[in-house]
Amino acid sequence: MTSLPRDPGPKKLGLVIDLDTCVGCHACALSCKEWNAGGVAAPLPDWDPYGAEPDGVWFNRVHAFEAGDGADGRTVHFPRSCLHCDEPACVTVCPTGASYKRQEDGIVLVDEDLCIGCKLCSWACPYGAREYDHDAGVMKKCTLCIDRIYNTNLPEAERVPACVAACPTSARHFGDLGDPESPVARLVAERGGYDLMPEMDYRPVNKYLPPRPKHDHAASGPGSAVSPVTEPEPEGESRFLRWLDATLSR
Amino acid sequence: MHPAYSVIFFTTASGMGYGLLILLGVLAQAEMLPASRLLGLASLGIALSAVTFGLLSSMRHLGRPERVLRAYTQWRSSWLSREGVLATMTYVPAGLFAAGWIGFGDVGGIWRFCGLAAAVLAGCTVYSTGMIYATLRPIHAWCNRWVVPTYLSLALFTGALWLNAILLLFGHATAAAPLVVLLTLLPALYIKWRYWRFIGSTRATSTPETATGLGPIGKVRLLDPPRTQTTYVTREMGYRIARKHAAKLRRYGYVFLFAIPFVLTVAAAGTASWMAAGAAAAAALSGSVGVVVERWLFFAEAKHVVTLYHGAQAA
Repeated sequence: MTSLPRDPGPKKLGLVIDLDTCVGCHACALSCKEWNAGGVAAPLPDWDPYGAEPDGVWFNRVHAFEAGDGADGRTVHFPRSCLHCDEPACVTVCPTGASYKRQEDGIVLVDEDLCIGCKLCSWACPYGAREYDHDAGVMKKCTLCIDRIYNTNLPEAERVPACVAACPTSARHFGDLGDPESPVARLVAERGGYDLMPEMDYRPVNKYLPPRPKHDHAASGPGSAVSPVTEPEPEGESRFLRWLDATLSR
Repeated sequence: MHPAYSVIFFTTASGMGYGLLILLGVLAQAEMLPASRLLGLASLGIALSAVTFGLLSSMRHLGRPERVLRAYTQWRSSWLSREGVLATMTYVPAGLFAAGWIGFGDVGGIWRFCGLAAAVLAGCTVYSTGMIYATLRPIHAWCNRWVVPTYLSLALFTGALWLNAILLLFGHATAAAPLVVLLTLLPALYIKWRYWRFIGSTRATSTPETATGLGPIGKVRLLDPPRTQTTYVTREMGYRIARKHAAKLRRYGYVFLFAIPFVLTVAAAGTASWMAAGAAAAAALSGSVGVVVERWLFFAEAKHVVTLYHGAQAA
C-alpha cells in the first residue's frame, strides 16, 4: 500500500549527521555498500568495476561543498542518503505498492518483489536517494539497515546502521527522532539540526547538524576560494543525439 | 530529465489517440458523425492503435514489465496507477462504440453513449498523464499549472488534425472538422507559449544553499562530487540540453506543430479533392512530428533539484 500510514506511530527512526565532525573519509559509504551487498537489498550491483567507467548502486554518497568565501569560507563534507521523510512522495507515486513507509518506525522501504522498475519514485525524490538496479530491473534504496538494527543475532551494541558503526569521528548518530527525549533529538535541539530542502515539504526525519562557528583567528589573511569542480557537458549518448547536436550547432 | 524515447512515444501517440477518441465521442453525441463503417474502422482503428502502441511502448520503460498488473493496485495514491486503470477502462466503452459503428454501422442510440463514455474516460486518462508530471515537486518545469493543460490541449489538437485528415481521406468533407482543428490549435498554442515563457522566467525555489543547509555560511558550490563517473541519478535526472539547441528546437516545435498544420488545414478546408485530403494528412503528420519535438523538449528542458547536489547552481 503506497498510501502513507493513516496513523503513523510515534517512533521515527533516522540519522543525525554532524557536518562539523565529518571528515569526508567515505567509510560510511563503503561500509554501507559492503553491508548491503549482502543484506536485504542484495546484490547491490556494480558494472565495469575495474574498467574505465565504473558504475554501481550506492545508498550513501559523500559530497564535498564549499560555502562562503575567503577567510569565512568552509569546506564541508556532506554525506547524503535516504532521509526517511514523513511525507515521502517517492512512496505515494508508486503504482504498485512496492514502496512503503512503515507504520511502526517510519522507515521507507522498497519491496523488490513488487517493484516494476518504472523509476517514478526516483523522479519524485528531491534528494537522489534512490538508485536503479538495471540487472534486477527494480529500484533500490537505503533500508536504514533494517537487517542490522533489529537483528538479535548481533551484539546489542552493533544493532545500528552500518554507516553509523563505521564512522571514525562519530559524525553519524542513529536513534528515534520521534521521541523528544532521545539522545538524537536532544542533539538536534542543542545544535540547531535542520532539514534539507525544507521548501519541498517532504519533512525529512534525518537531520543535519551545521558546522560549528569558526574560532576567531586574528591573523586570517585574504583567503582564496578554490575554484569549484566543473563537469564537462555529458557526451551525446547515442548517434542520434550526436547528430542532433552537430546539426543544431551549424 | 532524461528524454526516454519509450515515454515520449507513449505520451504523444496515446495522447493523439485519446484526443481523437474524445472528438469522435463528442461528434457522435452531437449527431455529426457519418455512420460509414469504413470511416469507423479507419478512425477508431487509428485512435485505438495509437493508444495501444503507446501503452505497449511505455511498458518498454519498465524494468519488470511482466509485473505490470501490479500497477493497477495503488489508484488511491498514485497518478501513474490511476492512468493505468483509466487507460484500461477506456477500452470497454471504446470497444462497444467500435462494435456499434464498425459492426452495425450505427453511431446513434446506445452506441452514442458508449462513444461519450469513451470520450470522458479518454479525457480522464490524459488528465492523469499530465498529473503524473504536475505533481512532481522536485521538477519545477513540470510541477506548474501549465502542464496538465498542455497535455490535454495537445491531445485534442493532434487528435483533431488526424480526425480532419481521416474525414477528408474517406470523402467526408465537412466544415466542422477544420473548425475543430483551428479551435483546438489556439488554446494549445497559447498554453505552450505561456509554458515556455513560464519556465524561461522562473526557477525552482530550491538552491544549493537550501539543498545543503549551508546558506548561513555563504554561497554554496560543489567542490567534489560523490562519484568518479556518472551515476543512475546524474544520468536520469541530470540530463542537460544547451540553451541554443533548446531555442532552435522550440522554433521547430512551433513550425511543425502549429504553423504548417495551420496553413495546410486552412488550404484544405472547404474542398473535397484528393489534394485537400493530402494536405490534411500532411498537416496531421507535421503535427505529430511537432508534438514529438515538443515532448522531447518537455523532458530535456526539465531540471531536477537533485542536480543541486551535483554542481548545478539553479534548478
